[in-house]
Amino acid sequence: MRRLGPWLMAPALLVLVLLAVVPIVGALWQSLFHETAREPARWAGLENYARLARDPEARNSLLFTLQFVGTSVVLELLFGLATALVLHARFRGRAWVRASVLIPWAIPTVVASWIWRYIFDDYSGVMTYVSDVSWFASPFWARTIIILADVWKTMPFTALLILAGLQTIPDELIEAARIDGAGPWRRFKEITLPLLRPAILVALLFRTIDAFRVFDLVFVMTRGKSGTSVLQYQGYKALFDQQDYGMGTAISAVVFLLVATMSVIYVRTVPSRLLEADR
Amino acid sequence: MKGAAAVIVLCSVAPFLWFGMASLKGPQEIAQRPPTLVPRHPTLEGYRGAAEKGIFGWMANSLIVAAATTLLTIPLAAGAAYALSRTRIRGRRLWLGFVLAASMFPQITLAHTLYGMLQAVGLVNTRAAPIAPYVSLTLPLAIWILASFFREIPAEIEEAARIDGAGPLRILIRVFLPVAAPGVFTAAILTFIYAWNEFFFALVLLTRDDVRTLPPGIATMPGQYTFPWGEIAAACVLATAPLLAAVALLQRRIVSGLTSGAVKR
Amino acid sequence: MRLAIENARKTFGRTVAVDDVNLNVAPGEFCVLLGPSGCGKSTLLRLVAGLEETSSGSIRIDGEDVTHKEPGDRDVAMVFQNYALYPHMTVRKNLAFPLETRKVPEAENRVRETAELLQITDLLDRLPRELSGGQRQRVAIGRAIVRRPKLFLFDEPLSNLDAQLRGDMRAELAMLHRRLEATILYVTHDQIEAMTLATRIVLLNRGRIEQEGTPEEMYRHPRTLFAGRFIGSPPMNAVAGEVKGGRFEGPLTWPVKAADGPATLGVRPEDLQITDGPWRGVIDRVEYLGAERYLHINAGGIQIVVRVGPRGAFRKGDEIGLSPERVHLFPKTEPKVV
Repeated sequence: MRRLGPWLMAPALLVLVLLAVVPIVGALWQSLFHETAREPARWAGLENYARLARDPEARNSLLFTLQFVGTSVVLELLFGLATALVLHARFRGRAWVRASVLIPWAIPTVVASWIWRYIFDDYSGVMTYVSDVSWFASPFWARTIIILADVWKTMPFTALLILAGLQTIPDELIEAARIDGAGPWRRFKEITLPLLRPAILVALLFRTIDAFRVFDLVFVMTRGKSGTSVLQYQGYKALFDQQDYGMGTAISAVVFLLVATMSVIYVRTVPSRLLEADR
Repeated sequence: MKGAAAVIVLCSVAPFLWFGMASLKGPQEIAQRPPTLVPRHPTLEGYRGAAEKGIFGWMANSLIVAAATTLLTIPLAAGAAYALSRTRIRGRRLWLGFVLAASMFPQITLAHTLYGMLQAVGLVNTRAAPIAPYVSLTLPLAIWILASFFREIPAEIEEAARIDGAGPLRILIRVFLPVAAPGVFTAAILTFIYAWNEFFFALVLLTRDDVRTLPPGIATMPGQYTFPWGEIAAACVLATAPLLAAVALLQRRIVSGLTSGAVKR
Repeated sequence: MRLAIENARKTFGRTVAVDDVNLNVAPGEFCVLLGPSGCGKSTLLRLVAGLEETSSGSIRIDGEDVTHKEPGDRDVAMVFQNYALYPHMTVRKNLAFPLETRKVPEAENRVRETAELLQITDLLDRLPRELSGGQRQRVAIGRAIVRRPKLFLFDEPLSNLDAQLRGDMRAELAMLHRRLEATILYVTHDQIEAMTLATRIVLLNRGRIEQEGTPEEMYRHPRTLFAGRFIGSPPMNAVAGEVKGGRFEGPLTWPVKAADGPATLGVRPEDLQITDGPWRGVIDRVEYLGAERYLHINAGGIQIVVRVGPRGAFRKGDEIGLSPERVHLFPKTEPKVV
């Protein structure tokens, strides 16, 4: 019977292999062929990738994606840390604060996209109080708004991960530091922050990997215009708009490789205890 | 602290509230520039328009898809979580790593082959279609949450059940799942929310309006040049109402679920 | 039912927890596995239960080899130290659970009988978290009884209870043993439990059986110093020295019939009389326990503990004489009682 236990994992594994691994392999394979809705498949080797490398639109997508990942994640960490510290404190109405903080996380990204699209709309947006500028016409602002919307939407998740880390720090450590005369900044810098390292690492890596997959915001807000195209959107256009299967899967393969690299880094740097079960 | 909390709440909620206001404005008031802060002539026209565009149909579809996903994911995840946390498996770390990795696969990379597979069995543009990628994308998190709850159950309870003659399936169903009920609940909520909110696969696999779920429906509401903000806002309010209710009621569970497995002692 | 453990051995990596143990338990015995922590008694119990697999050796129940059988198929029941009650089930369901996996008819009757036997009938609809420690322990025992197994296994069941409760539960366990005519294998580190409950004590040390016998045999005829000191409270006094020409020579001396060589002389605190005896010492400390006192005496440069009754004046600093009524000799080879 003891031998049967592990088999309870089999159905889930089957699903994952069938619906996750097989498609990945399929995409990688397809990327080596030239095939569109009108032209049948023919072997292309790395041709698609070469074309991608030369394509300025693709390069810009990659650039903005990287820019997006870098900026969002850093901002989410900072704001998330601040929010986690607030959520960790004990005060009346903490439950309400937590519930409100969860709202941006709970709503569909599509809705979040509309919210921020509306705020910055040329005609009806509330930002018209601030300036007459056409926000989404400018690449700089369009990109900034997308990043802003993402930070607003996913900061709660980062905050919760860091909150989990805060909850593992024993109160006595902070109290001992207070008795030793350390002020709040020192306590934070020398005790809280170092002990938060694992949680911050987890949040950092989860979010980085997730940020590479940004799509909803770009689709709804700008359809990729004004230099806001990102890799997944580029791939979507190629695959479902232009129906160029070779190119589309090549782009998707690039995304996958980027995400896979980050995953490997994740598995190496995060302490292996996080992956282990206690038996 | 209270001040900081107020700022955070404001920043989190204000944009949403603002949009909610728009749902109550008629097209004239919407077009005003700069916009009014509070609707002067509140109206339900936006909601009517949203209803005409089919929002309730989308909602029903979202409900079906999300519920079905949850009902499939949780049992699969429970089995895997039990196997990974309570049995002696060789290469447990590798399996866990694989499961975790599967949650990070980019949707675009899965899309092409998955579409082909679903097309081959004639499931494209049916409500069943998105359930396939949803289950595989929510399994890892559900497994993670359930495994972390299972790990908390004392070994002796499991041993007592073994001595009482229960096999692994019975132990899982009669002992572990009930005792880890909060974890099951949390995993279910998170899975449901994911399926409700998911956009990419819904967009790609459901192109007909009668099977569309909320996200692609709402995303494609605007016409070529016009943004019917009143309707869009109304649609968004309706789409998120159940989620907001869930968050308000289940805030503690959600927080505990998301924080539970994240950093383990 | 007859339990036969043959050459059982269990290693965890490089640690040997159970080292070639042979043990037979006859039907109706209350066999106690006694020993300090880490001696392997719990591991041995878990081997019998089937919760661990032997590294080598076999286990037979009524002649049937169950070495590779699942715990659920061995017809044994176990009571855990931490009760291991199913927290989400009522007492009634906890008691019924072992029966439903076996599809026993009239489970309800059994549950009722068992509850009556343990006097927990009015707790049947409560949840474990609403019960006190003693009540939970009873439910755990009930869950074992309800199955009418061939063998009962107890893993330090009383160690989580306070002293008073422990005394009450000991009496109940003894009563249950008689009423059910049960065969019991019981693990504890508490020698009082062992002495009061066991029909036979098996003393384990570092994975091996140090000595086994009835409580009286263990008390009166310990074969090793370890056995001598583990049973009896306060522990037996041990004096290191050597035997030379019919006399034990050390900080204290005494005539013995044994071969020459290094040895340890053991005297129980209750076997020492305050007299004008051959041994003299000074009282260092008096421990007052009401019905008796322990005198810690410095004699010949070593500490000796003596047990005396409530009468008689003894104070720190008094000089007194001691005379042993009974000594044990533990040479490096064979023990002897003189």
